Amino acid sequence: MKPLPYLLILLLFIACETKQVNKQVLEDWKDEIKPVHSSKLMQKIDSGTYQLFFGKDSGGLAIVPTFYLDETAVTNAEYLTFLKSNPQWTKSRVLHIFADSTYLSKWKSDYEIPANADPNAPVTNVSWFAAKAYAKSVGKRLPTVDEWEFAALASRDAKNGKGTPEYDNYLMKSYLNRGMYLKPVKQSPANFYGIYDMFGVIWEWTEDFNSVMITNDSRNNASDENLFCAGSSNSTSDLRNYAAFIRYAMRGSVKANYCINNYGFRCAKDVETSKK
Amino acid sequence: MKFKLIKPIFNFLNNFSMRKWIIAPVLASLVMFGVSACKQNESAPATMSSAEAEKIVAEGNYEEAEVTAPPLVPAPIGDRKAKKVIIRLETIEKVGELEDGTQYTFWTFNGTVPGSFIRVRVGDEVELHLKNNENSTVSHNIDLHAVNGPGGAAEGTLVAPGKEAVVNFKVTNPGLYVYHCATAPVPEHIANGMYGLILVEPAGGLPKVDKEFYIMQGDFYTSGKKGDKGLLSFNLDKSIAENPDYVVFNGNATSLLGKNVLQAKTGETVRIYFGVGGPNLTSSFHVIGEIFDKVYIEAGTKVNEHVQTTMVPAGGAVIVEFKATVPGDYVIVDHSLSRAFNKGAIGKIKVTGDENPTVYKSKK
Repeated sequence: MKPLPYLLILLLFIACETKQVNKQVLEDWKDEIKPVHSSKLMQKIDSGTYQLFFGKDSGGLAIVPTFYLDETAVTNAEYLTFLKSNPQWTKSRVLHIFADSTYLSKWKSDYEIPANADPNAPVTNVSWFAAKAYAKSVGKRLPTVDEWEFAALASRDAKNGKGTPEYDNYLMKSYLNRGMYLKPVKQSPANFYGIYDMFGVIWEWTEDFNSVMITNDSRNNASDENLFCAGSSNSTSDLRNYAAFIRYAMRGSVKANYCINNYGFRCAKDVETSKK
Repeated sequence: MKFKLIKPIFNFLNNFSMRKWIIAPVLASLVMFGVSACKQNESAPATMSSAEAEKIVAEGNYEEAEVTAPPLVPAPIGDRKAKKVIIRLETIEKVGELEDGTQYTFWTFNGTVPGSFIRVRVGDEVELHLKNNENSTVSHNIDLHAVNGPGGAAEGTLVAPGKEAVVNFKVTNPGLYVYHCATAPVPEHIANGMYGLILVEPAGGLPKVDKEFYIMQGDFYTSGKKGDKGLLSFNLDKSIAENPDYVVFNGNATSLLGKNVLQAKTGETVRIYFGVGGPNLTSSFHVIGEIFDKVYIEAGTKVNEHVQTTMVPAGGAVIVEFKATVPGDYVIVDHSLSRAFNKGAIGKIKVTGDENPTVYKSKK
């Protein structure tokens, strides 16, 4: 008896079986996101242009069409509501290809928000996939990097506060805050648009977070025609903007299934769809 | 009679000279061999090329390497063979003191400024684990000047809070090297304390000494001025202007003073592994009242002797050695003296033991 053919058949059988099982799990799991009602206030951000900070187009102007942006980050309480309608996203059932092992790691169980965090504190330890699923459930989407950066330019009383000492100092200091993500949203006054906490509380997922990258080595750019070091300032429009460097480096260090203690999100919406 | 006497002498001499011609080359080659053997022991590591070092086989399984907080260093490698070592560093952001009552949020490797001292030998194969503490606010990475590879490993180590990166490298060049965070904005990461030293010993190890210490200098740019109480933060304008409020050894103006003074005894040889993290200022490194018997120039393999003050670049290091001969307090400074006098670049080595009036006698 030659065992080889049997072994091959057995192997083939196992391979098909696993593939089928995985497919089935995926099908079940990807089951349509159930809609969730959200009464979260959004603010209209009128279209405008902003100077791109980083990458080979840096210094160029990007046009940002009018859009709506959540006034605060999505909270623990809001995320809990989402989980109740979409249990495939609870920590016991989530697939690690969509959210790594630290997904909702501080939650005691599937439906218990962290003991040390306020229900109205931003939800954190959520992946990009999870953030996208949530946004879909409330009929929204994640903001793009351009939208996020454009809205974040606003100071308390101007659309573009950049360059004023108050704005710059506030930004630099806000990054020294620690553990702010455990406290309720609206920790600092709203900006010009009525948007809260763009800085100093959490980092926020953006739809295309990995499209503008700071490479692992921050003295070189991803596209090799743009060296990023002391000798070449070609790839940034603002060498003094340390806060932006930190933000872009942060985006460059994450992957879509990463879940991090101080990483959350807020949602955006197109003008057209929001009229419906 | 005379002839009879002379002849044996002549014969003897003749014989001897005959033998000499045989013995001499043997003796000479023996001496040569001895000299060259000694020479090899002493300086072969220094002359070993990095290409040769690359061929050294690191034996055995991976072992955890000991790393130490300043001012301590791990035990010398001695004559051990090249091996595989695991080194673990964790980036930790924490509030500490620049001096008594003055707090600052440091960014660190393993919780200290400078970060842990790493000690390996040429030919070692290193598996470096860089973990970013889950409570960090920002991402970090590491560039080790001892590594041949993109960004000195920075390319492979950018880590978000709570995550870990692993890189493998073989150390092929002996010397003392700076490592530091290279995440944008790099000057801020370094100004907050993200640097340390990695020593790569030659095969056979560095010569034995009695005391070894680990010191790094760094410049700090704060929202206040030196001596202000409370929590200070990083100041961008001062950083760009390279105008620090603090220039200190080991992250604190008193890290080598008071209870923390370094100790040595007369007759002991002292070696200091000194590096400059910067981010901006270089150091005019000097120990008041001591002459460096040996200075490994720029922490490479060339040794200079009898040096008063040695220049250390930002992102560079030096190894200095001296013999403690006379008891007393020896002040360590950056001899660009306003930094020592006004900004904190000052430390002390206390030498205890018998007086040595031959070398020094005070008539006070």
